[in-house]
Amino acid sequence: MSKGKHMDGIYLDNNATTRVDDAVVAEMLPFFTEQFGNPSSMHSFGNKVGLAIKKARMQVQALLGAAHESEIIFTSCGTESDSTAIWSALRANPERKEIITTTVEHPAILALCSHLEKEGYKVHFLKVDEKGRLDLNEYRKLLTDQVAIVSVMWANNETGTLFPVEEMAEMAHAAGITFHTDAVQAVGKIPMDLKNTRIDMLSLSGHKLHAPKGIGVLYLKRGVRFRPLLRGGHQERGRRAGTENAASIVGLGLACEQALRHMHFENTEVKRLRDKLEAGILAKVPRAFATGDVTNRLPNTSNIAFEFIEGEAILLLLNKFGIAASSGSACTSGSLEPSHVMRAMGIPYTAAHGTIRFSLSRYTTESEVDRVIQVVPEIVAQLRKLSPYWGENGPVEEPDKAFAPVYA
Amino acid sequence: MWDYSDKVKEHFFSPRNSGVMEDANAVGDVGSINCGDALRLMLKVDPETETILDARFQTFGCGSAIASSSALTEIIKGMTLDDALKVSNQDIADYLDGLPPEKMHCSVMGREALQAAVANYRGEAWKDDHEEGELICKCFAIDAVLIEETVRANKLSSVEDVINYTKAGGGCSSCHEGIEEILTKVMAERGEVFSPHAVVLKEEAKPSKMNNLQRIKRIETILDAIRPQLQRDHGDIELVDVDGKTIYVNMIGACAGCQMEAMTLQGIQQRLMEDLGEFVKVVPSRTGSLTRAVSHV
Repeated sequence: MSKGKHMDGIYLDNNATTRVDDAVVAEMLPFFTEQFGNPSSMHSFGNKVGLAIKKARMQVQALLGAAHESEIIFTSCGTESDSTAIWSALRANPERKEIITTTVEHPAILALCSHLEKEGYKVHFLKVDEKGRLDLNEYRKLLTDQVAIVSVMWANNETGTLFPVEEMAEMAHAAGITFHTDAVQAVGKIPMDLKNTRIDMLSLSGHKLHAPKGIGVLYLKRGVRFRPLLRGGHQERGRRAGTENAASIVGLGLACEQALRHMHFENTEVKRLRDKLEAGILAKVPRAFATGDVTNRLPNTSNIAFEFIEGEAILLLLNKFGIAASSGSACTSGSLEPSHVMRAMGIPYTAAHGTIRFSLSRYTTESEVDRVIQVVPEIVAQLRKLSPYWGENGPVEEPDKAFAPVYA
Repeated sequence: MWDYSDKVKEHFFSPRNSGVMEDANAVGDVGSINCGDALRLMLKVDPETETILDARFQTFGCGSAIASSSALTEIIKGMTLDDALKVSNQDIADYLDGLPPEKMHCSVMGREALQAAVANYRGEAWKDDHEEGELICKCFAIDAVLIEETVRANKLSSVEDVINYTKAGGGCSSCHEGIEEILTKVMAERGEVFSPHAVVLKEEAKPSKMNNLQRIKRIETILDAIRPQLQRDHGDIELVDVDGKTIYVNMIGACAGCQMEAMTLQGIQQRLMEDLGEFVKVVPSRTGSLTRAVSHV
C-alpha cells in the first residue's frame, strides 16, 4: 500500500489514532461543499445527504455483523458512546445501584465509574492476572439483580489483550443484566458478528480505523431498553439528538467497508510484521519482555517493557529517529503512577515505567519494521548507560541496595 | 508531546557530565524506581576550599529529569558548597528556559540531590520533607498535598480561600472541581459541610478598566519604580513588548546574563502582578536590546 504524499517518519502509534485513508477523505469532501444539506430537510438538498448516511449506516452494520442498520447510532466519539451506554443502563434501571467493569478499562469508562462511585453507585472492578486476563469465576459471583450494567473492553488499548466478551455477555444475559463493550480498539482489527452474540451495546471510534476524529458509533441491539444522553431533535430516531456530522459519517462508512475488506490482511500480514518487530527487538535487547496475553491479542499491537529505563525518555529518542510510539510511563501522562494497566498486571516498577507500545496498521511496511528493530537496541543501551540501576553489562546487583536514597 | 524548550531537548539528547565518578567524595541519591525517577549526584569537592571541582550524574527518568540533572551539574561546577546550596529548583528550571508545570518536580529532585550530596560530604543526615501529590492546578503547578495541608492548617472553606492561600485555581479555573473535592474532604474532618457557590474570580470582579495604551503605560510606570534598584547594581531594564499576559523585557548592563537574572525577573513579575491585579508573565526578550540596536546607528 502506498504511503502517498504523507509525512516522513515511521508511525507505530495506530492505537492512539490512525491516518485518514485517502479514499475516505475523497468520499467526505463533497459533503463540505455541494452536499451541504441537512438530512432532516424535506428538499432534495437534504435528501441526498440522508441517503448517504443510510449507506454509511449499512457499511458500519456490515463490519459489526449487526442484524439491523437501525442498531447503529452515530455519536461524536468513543467516549460519548461509552457514557451514553452506562448512563442509559443506570437510568433505565434506577433500582439497580451496581456496575461491573475491569481495572484495565480506558479512562472513558474508568473515570466515569469513579465519578459514579462518588454519586453512590457500587462499582466492581474486575482484577486481571499477570498476563492481563480476567477470572470469570470472580465475574460470575458478581452477577446479581443489583447490577445495572456490565461494561468490559473487547481489546485492551495498551497490550492488545482480548477479553472473552462474547462469553461474558452470555453470562450477563443469563442473569438478566445489560452488557456493554468498549470495542474501540477491536473494531476493524478482528472479525465481529454481533447478531450472534448477547452483546447489548458496543462503542466504536472512527479515528482508530482510518476515519476522521470526532465520529463514533454506539451499537444498540434491538429491544434493549435505552435512555438517550442527548435529547432534542429526532436525529438517530431520537436516540442521539443533534444534527448529523454528515461528512464524518460518510467517511466512517467507507472506512468500515475498507476495514472489512482488509480484515484478512490485518490478521495475516500486519500480524506477521508485528511478530517480526517484537521478536527482533526481544532478540537484541536484554532484560526486556512483551506484556499482556501474547497468545490472545490484537494482531497489530506489541507492548514491550524495557527494564531500568523510563518510557518518556525512550519515546523522545525514538522521535529523534522519526519513530512514533507511545508509553505507559507516568511521565508521559503527568501523573506519578505508571500505567494503571501495567500496575493491574503486577508488572514490577523496574519495568512498568519503561513500557513502550508499538501499534501497527495496514500501512506499516517491512522496511519500517526493520529500521525500528535496528534503532531500538541502540536507544535502550544509551539510556541504560545513564541509569543508576544499570551496571557495565546488566542491572546492578540488588538495585534496591545499590541505589539507596537516604530518606527511603 | 510535552512542550519542552530547546534547551531541555538539547540537554536531554546530549547530557553533560553523565556517568559514574569513581573518586567522588560526595554522593547524593534521591528518588526511587517506584516513583519513576531517581537521580544520583556525584561530586568531587576540594577539602581545602569546599569548591566543587567536578560533578557527574546518573539518572533514571524522563527527558526533563535527565535534562535537569545535566543542567544541575553545569550550574554547580566551580561553586563552593555554600553557594551551591543556594541554587533553587527554579534556578535549574530557568537554566533550561523553563519546564512544564507537571515537570517541575524534576528540578526539585535536582535540588534535593544536591542537598543530599552536601549532607553526605559533611556527614550530616538529610531528610526529604516534601511529599508530592496529584497535580491539581496546572496553571501554577500546585499539587493536592499542598492544597490539602493548607486547607487543614488554615481552616479554609471556599475555593476563593484556596486561591488566596495557594494560588491554586486562580488561573484557568478548570481545577475547581478538584479543589471542591479537597475542601469537602478536609472540611468533613472538622465536622463542617462544604457549601458550594460560584467563584467570582478576581479578574472578573475587577474588570480591567485600562485600555491597551493605559495598561502599557502602567507597566512602564511600575518598571520605572523598580529601575533605581537595578541601576544601583549597574543594570537596567527596558520594556520591549506586551502581548496579552506576556510582558517582554530586556535586561541591560550588569543585569544581562547575571546569574541572578531569573530571580530578578521573578521579583519584577510578582511586583507587576500585584500592581496590575492580574496574572502576567515576564519573559526576557530574544529579539535583542532596542537600545543597543539604536546605539549602533
